[in-house]
Amino acid sequence: MESVGKSVPRKESFDKVEGRAKYTRDLRLAGMLHGKLVTSPHAHAKIRSIDAAAAAAVPGVRGIVTGADCQELTGELLADRPVLAYRKVRYYGEPVAVVIADDEQTAWRAAGLVHVEYEVLPVVSSPSRALLPGAPLLHEEVEKYKRYGDVYPVPGMNIGNHLKIRKGDFQSGWEAGVVKVECYTAFRPSDHIAMEPRAARAEILPDGEVHIRASTQAPYVIKRFMERYFGLDPGQVVVHVPFVGGGFGAKGAVQLEFIAYCASRAVGGRLVEVSNSREEDMISSPCHIGLEAQIKMAATPDGRLTAAQITLLWDGGAYADMAAVMAKAGIDDCTGPYRIPNVWADSLAVYTNHTYATSFRGFAHPEVTFAIERTMDLLAKKLGMDPIALRLLNAIGPGETTPTQVLLDESNIGNVPACILRLRELMDWESGQRVVLPNGRIRTKGIAALWKTSSTPTDAGAGAVLIFNKSGSVNLMTGVVEIGQGTKTALAQIAAERLTIDPSLVHVSFEVNTKTNPEHWKTVASSSTMMAGRAILEAADDAIRQLKYNAALVLQVSPDELELAEGRVFVRGNPQRGFLFREIAMGYESENGLTVGKQVIGRGSYIVKLTRLDPETGDGRPGPQWSVAAQGVEVEFDPVECRYQVLRAYTVIDGGVIVNHRGAVTQMMGGMSMGLSWATRESFLYDNQERVLNPQLRFYKITHFGENPDMVVDFVQTPYHEGPYGARGIGEYGTIGMAGALANALSVAAGVELFQLPLLPETIWRARGGGSVHDPV
Amino acid sequence: MKEFTGRRYGVRLHVNHETHTLHVRAADTLLHVLRDQLGLTGTKAGCENGDCGSCTVLVNGTPLNACLTLAVEAHEQPVTTVEGLRGSEIQKSFVEHWAFQCGFCTPGFICNAQGLIDYVRAEHRHADDELIKEWLQSNLCRCTSYHEIHAAVKSVLDDGEEC
Ligand code: FES
Ligand code: FES
Repeated sequence: MESVGKSVPRKESFDKVEGRAKYTRDLRLAGMLHGKLVTSPHAHAKIRSIDAAAAAAVPGVRGIVTGADCQELTGELLADRPVLAYRKVRYYGEPVAVVIADDEQTAWRAAGLVHVEYEVLPVVSSPSRALLPGAPLLHEEVEKYKRYGDVYPVPGMNIGNHLKIRKGDFQSGWEAGVVKVECYTAFRPSDHIAMEPRAARAEILPDGEVHIRASTQAPYVIKRFMERYFGLDPGQVVVHVPFVGGGFGAKGAVQLEFIAYCASRAVGGRLVEVSNSREEDMISSPCHIGLEAQIKMAATPDGRLTAAQITLLWDGGAYADMAAVMAKAGIDDCTGPYRIPNVWADSLAVYTNHTYATSFRGFAHPEVTFAIERTMDLLAKKLGMDPIALRLLNAIGPGETTPTQVLLDESNIGNVPACILRLRELMDWESGQRVVLPNGRIRTKGIAALWKTSSTPTDAGAGAVLIFNKSGSVNLMTGVVEIGQGTKTALAQIAAERLTIDPSLVHVSFEVNTKTNPEHWKTVASSSTMMAGRAILEAADDAIRQLKYNAALVLQVSPDELELAEGRVFVRGNPQRGFLFREIAMGYESENGLTVGKQVIGRGSYIVKLTRLDPETGDGRPGPQWSVAAQGVEVEFDPVECRYQVLRAYTVIDGGVIVNHRGAVTQMMGGMSMGLSWATRESFLYDNQERVLNPQLRFYKITHFGENPDMVVDFVQTPYHEGPYGARGIGEYGTIGMAGALANALSVAAGVELFQLPLLPETIWRARGGGSVHDPV
Repeated sequence: MKEFTGRRYGVRLHVNHETHTLHVRAADTLLHVLRDQLGLTGTKAGCENGDCGSCTVLVNGTPLNACLTLAVEAHEQPVTTVEGLRGSEIQKSFVEHWAFQCGFCTPGFICNAQGLIDYVRAEHRHADDELIKEWLQSNLCRCTSYHEIHAAVKSVLDDGEEC
């Protein structure tokens, strides 16, 4: 292949390094008003009254919106969340009002003058406590909320969604097992920390057209939601998305867009910007979910898994929103990439008084993988088996079924054993998992195997339009957002490959405009290249048909006799008889000016073919295919201080055929960095009233320059027959197994099983019995 | 309620070799003046708290967080932003080494790295990994693994040593 598989540099490279790339807040517009949020200082309280008189009196204030002004309830599957808190706040930092003023300073100053009186309520601090009898209820009548799709809230409980998998016969599988382990893992919510805080602008034109410009991964969802909640015709809603400064799932949720719209509505439709400070981005806008997981596994004495019972209690925070969907994504693949014939699983999106959650890179998989991979290591120890051998023995593959009973084949799943074997080789596993150095430090290795399907809605799809220029180059339009993942360049390579031209001749539209770009479900789930790539292939074939038609008219042959190479259409077997694309892209103009044929515009679209899951058994098709991977880390542990250094991190991924090699390697490395950062240090800290104590980057540490280990990335390329040129998806996978692999390595090093994140030296010290009080989770 | 005068002060900034006379509030940060008054939006606001480095610019050759620098402090000082480094070695090296993904942290990293390169060359120092780390630790990137950024900066520093 000429283009696919090459390391074509990102098309937007120089715009980014020279500071020209425009993000949402970079477009300066005269007359734009600024909205500033007033947020809750309590995690759970009744709103007694709001007095905005002093704020309204500040010169330059143009409007103040509170929950009473926008009572629409929103939510991905369950509409439980008001645009602004109404009558009650349910998390620390929840937006209560927005003050709209001529400039930012005025809005900030006035926001401080809005006086809200609260009656503080008892808080719910974790999913397991939320389920205790007598726990305060966040939503008194959860059953009354409107539902959009398959969602199962439990009346009288803090449960926004309850999903089940009942595969095989758990009881007999459990009894057939001889060696049994039980594992309980837990961690609290954390944050995505995309470097660009979320921001949205809205304007309502006199004719009713609504323009929204936002830092989002989901422009078309915004459009649909404006219809869903505000009754607008989606054709009236135009969402513009320029470059996005990192998403990681955080920008797949819709929040500020609604607030900006309500703010604009309150000031006669004027353009209003609502943008997060870093602090708001961390605590007011949706965060990375927490999880308490309980896993039981049974195996035969020789290590074959016979049954698993899996209970996932998600800390979805105050509203179900995406947590309800993550509860599903987490259960879809809940066994990890292993063959387990009998599965009994429950996944609950639980309400707590924490910031509500949204998708995080890996969409429920890093969290579940941590629990499963810890359990696998416990089992290996109990069996006296090598952890790699146990995983190889149980690796899932073609001919077997997933927890939701999808039959796997040679195409729809990557090669799990091949990834594990390659990892074993790269890590030089045979040289030993645990080595004590002369200075007393301990070097260990840990691994994790993982898989993930997309868990998209059943109607997720993509579209593409290829418009030829007179020169023979093409403009490529899709609805994919460039969030840093480099998809647009990969898509240009796919188009170039099919059209037999150089990728530099494919001009991609970076800004998404939902009025002119075809719909693309969301830029998430590692599926943009796969879905949009398929749409592009169809669009390219459509364009090729038109090119051949134009050429055939002139050459007086049948289009079937024509073929394509190097940007030309010519008669098969007679390459001289033909045209360059530029001679026929706008039709062919003969010497007397008569033009035959016409402008070439290719169109294509793609839709995933999925089914809903059975509410009682979980049977159904949650995604089109499974990319798989094996990851490992090597650590050096100081047994005295419980400090450690991650020396090396490894990923071997089967993401199908790789479209852009360097792009894929850097995606994996970035993902590994994020996974390690989360596993080693990230978590919100709460006081006993569930107020976040570290909502800024000074105290909420992410990995800094120079702190990452060496990284090794390799690929297994099992083609996915339905993917463009065999591609699957890779974007999130680097993150997924890092926490599990690290915890496995450190458990061996520290000689104690580690079940909590983040893996701070203190976490390890406490697990070894250090300290007098054991922090309850 | 405190009296709010909105009083403004005249400052003269020399930004990317152009001189601008501006009226700013005492509390206006350099970051806001660059972005809002001069339209130099390459400089980004990631935290406005001195924690992320995405607002880094060179003031008199020294990398500073523009979010923690008052515009009045930059009076009569030469300021260089990412826009002023157009065509620089470091920018090309970032492209060659895939040292960015979303690009939001990139202007800050590039300004900081340019400060390091200028310093090392002026002092005829060898930039080892420790020195690079010391300089660049003030900047956060959430997309890359930092190895890519390290490689980009190192390559420019090594090239400089050769000639
Ligand atoms: S914006 Fe200045 S350091 Fe983050
Ligand atoms: S490239 Fe996205 S934060 Fe660095």
